[in-house]
Amino acid sequence: MEDKLRNDPHFIRLLAQKIHDLSEGLEKIKIMHVCGTHEHTIVASGLRSLLPKNIFLVSGPGCPVCITPQKDIERMIFLAEHGLTITTFGDMLNIPTTSGSLADAKARGADIRVVYGISNALAIAKKEEKEVVHFGIGFETTVPTSSVALLSEPDNFSILSVHRTIPEALEFLMKNDLKVDGLIDPGHVSSIIGVRPYVPVSKKYKISQVISGFEPGDIMLSVYMLLCQISEQRADVENEYVRAVRENGNKKAKDMINQTFEHVDAAWRALPMIPSSGLAIRKRFEDWDALCRHEDILSDFVYEFKEDSACRCKEILLGVCSSEECPLFRSVCTPDSPIGPCMVSAEGTCNISYIYGQS
Amino acid sequence: MCLAIPGKIIKKHGSKGIVDYDGAQFEVRLDLVNVEVGDYVIVHTGFAIEKLSEEDAKESIDIWRQIGELQNGG
Repeated sequence: MEDKLRNDPHFIRLLAQKIHDLSEGLEKIKIMHVCGTHEHTIVASGLRSLLPKNIFLVSGPGCPVCITPQKDIERMIFLAEHGLTITTFGDMLNIPTTSGSLADAKARGADIRVVYGISNALAIAKKEEKEVVHFGIGFETTVPTSSVALLSEPDNFSILSVHRTIPEALEFLMKNDLKVDGLIDPGHVSSIIGVRPYVPVSKKYKISQVISGFEPGDIMLSVYMLLCQISEQRADVENEYVRAVRENGNKKAKDMINQTFEHVDAAWRALPMIPSSGLAIRKRFEDWDALCRHEDILSDFVYEFKEDSACRCKEILLGVCSSEECPLFRSVCTPDSPIGPCMVSAEGTCNISYIYGQS
Repeated sequence: MCLAIPGKIIKKHGSKGIVDYDGAQFEVRLDLVNVEVGDYVIVHTGFAIEKLSEEDAKESIDIWRQIGELQNGG
């Protein structure tokens, strides 16, 4: 594999030089990525320090843990407190809500278990006689793993789907006058959906996009490709991550998603409702949809929305505010006692900024 | 969350396989891909989500070649 080249400081310096040369003729350029793993590479490798002063790399709403609505977390806590076994990815455990976190519920005795993937959740269901509900979070990368579980029609198992989709979110951000000049699209979401779903956004809003891999060299190359597009006034969707993203994506995975899920309007934490950006389990699979399967319990669930104090996660998710600009950052909001979701997840912008000491 | 890591398939039995990540070996689900032993895949939450193709990567992006030439020259 050629990862050595993509991590080679000499190669990255060459790219940085090409970026500097190109940027001389450009005004202030703002590039947004929408992926926590991209932010991690950017910050951990200090890539922002290699960019010219007029090129800004900002982080958008690309952490599924951060954008999962409080209501759904509270719903899972409610189910756990009614005796069901809950399985969840570890990052969700400490996300705060106004009625505490899943970890708090676990400390009170609820049966909440951390899993690495949905296969572990299915194995737990097989072993236990109790009902197991899996917290189905994640973007298109994770959705087909939920589809595989649904298609296996397991006993005593259901999913609460809070799956969200990226192209619809990008469309929403652009429609709402997001002031960016280029988008770095998430590589592993694109492994599933391919290149084409991004094209309408580029056409409609004249925005340049590059699908990027996750090595430092991938990101630098993607920035360079975007700057080439911008200086040539092109608004195309280009694929830098060719080794893992095909033009049409992964057909097998897409077919499974279509069989099991349908698009619905959906809330994103700290953002408004985004049309068609959620994936609900199709009626044919309602026996494995926690909302239907546990309707009796959930009919007593009451959710009361309360504003998240002075937390600026909303602006951080939209790339208009940095973690350092939030009054809570590093003072009262830390990874050990997070106030907002961006501080909890290892892919949250504030968590990454806190750990690596820059934003 | 969309973190996925590359590995090589060293065993395959039905919809499951063993992937080697530079020495560490784990069972992964292969439901989402058409792959054979010896193929490289990227794995997300225990599922192989796509076959990796370094050949495609090398042949398809002109910019890589340009940078490569610069590097060789530099």
